[in-house]
Amino acid sequence: MKRVLVHFILIIICFIIQSTLLRGIQLGPVVPNLVLMIVSCFGFMRGKREGLLVGFFSGLLLDVFYGGGILGAYALIYMMVGYMNGFFNRIFYPEDIKLPIFFVGFSGIIYSSVIYVFMFLLRRRFDVFAYVKQVAIPEIVYTVLATLVLYRPVLYINSLLEEDERKTEVIFS
Amino acid sequence: MPRVRIKHKRIELDSKYMLLILSCVCILLMILTFSTDLVVKPLSFVSGYLVVPFENGIESVGSYLAQRAEDLKDLKVVLEQNKALQDEVDALKTENSNLIQDKYELNELRQLYGLGEKYSGYDTIGARVIAKDAGNWFSIFTINKGENDGVRKNMNVIAGAGLVGIVTDVGPNWACVRSIIDDASNVSAQVLSTSDNLMVTGDLLLLNKGQIRFSQLVDENNRVAQGDVLVTSDISDKYLPGINIGYISSIENDNNNLTKSGTITPSVDFNHIDIVLVIKELKNETIKLDGNEDK
Repeated sequence: MKRVLVHFILIIICFIIQSTLLRGIQLGPVVPNLVLMIVSCFGFMRGKREGLLVGFFSGLLLDVFYGGGILGAYALIYMMVGYMNGFFNRIFYPEDIKLPIFFVGFSGIIYSSVIYVFMFLLRRRFDVFAYVKQVAIPEIVYTVLATLVLYRPVLYINSLLEEDERKTEVIFS
Repeated sequence: MPRVRIKHKRIELDSKYMLLILSCVCILLMILTFSTDLVVKPLSFVSGYLVVPFENGIESVGSYLAQRAEDLKDLKVVLEQNKALQDEVDALKTENSNLIQDKYELNELRQLYGLGEKYSGYDTIGARVIAKDAGNWFSIFTINKGENDGVRKNMNVIAGAGLVGIVTDVGPNWACVRSIIDDASNVSAQVLSTSDNLMVTGDLLLLNKGQIRFSQLVDENNRVAQGDVLVTSDISDKYLPGINIGYISSIENDNNNLTKSGTITPSVDFNHIDIVLVIKELKNETIKLDGNEDK
């Protein structure tokens, strides 16, 4: 229960920071995608199940505000990203920062390509390389940079939660 | 303590099935929300009171700090500009008096034609931009006025002199605006001088240059030129007619040699939108009202 609440608060915080604060200090027209980062992090730290749940609900939040009246599109994309990151759970090792960066970068590539194919290519925007250069690469690079800064705090929160859960388990068994 | 253990063991769904179920939920939601707005209402209500107050707070603190920083930076520039502007004011004063004369003349002529001031005085409501789209692929923003303040879906949004966009989503205390520079935005427009119709489409790739694209301009006699003013057209079903969009900055022939396309410099500075005006009048309603008057 505690975990659900903490995840919920983390998603909301990332969403708000991303849509307000970061717009004020953005470099160029692109901001790091913190929501994607948090979904990816919970995916590889906690496994497929939690990855897809966190993805689903943060996607739903984005849908409500920026879906243009249609719910479900972002929820589906973020859920897929969370689920895919769940596969990395097996090779994930908390102390190493290189792997998370690789995972988040991978998520960025998946996310950008899905958005491009379904929301741009299908509307006859064929100039793939221009979109990659102008939007996708800056977005992924910024998101990875944000991960460098925010990975430790997120890991710390996760370890606190895990310790807490272990304690309750000991009490109950 | 076996009893407590039983309590802990719940039936856990395999993540594969969970993914399948939630995917179906997503697709169902998409279909459902595309045809009705039953599901959106409660969700937008809850999230409106969950997120918007924070966004409002952060935005006001942020804009205050940004304002102070800007003030210091601007002071020097402003002093220089002041001098130049003073000269301009003198010139404009002369021009203004000429224009006022013209305006009286115009009003008289309008009355003669029986047009009246049908579209000059819209009822508007001011709103503050509190958040921008969380991703980088679209240009959508949130404003701090919603259903409680009389904002409805498909209302036009303007800032300063020009068209900003259209309301796509409304919550109790927030509304979502799709700006005309958004890649998915299409506005039917016309050239003010020649009344030729064309389509104005946002383009993500031109976003950095502060430009938007237009197309489907039929102009056989080459009367439309660079610098011509574009306004929203009468035939649009969502945008009210006669709202300024921008100026043509480049124009070229299409491959089919029938139509022309090019780029537009919008009259609104989309990088620094802070306060916008929502026109509290829907195109459909205006048409209906006009119809009633005729009867």
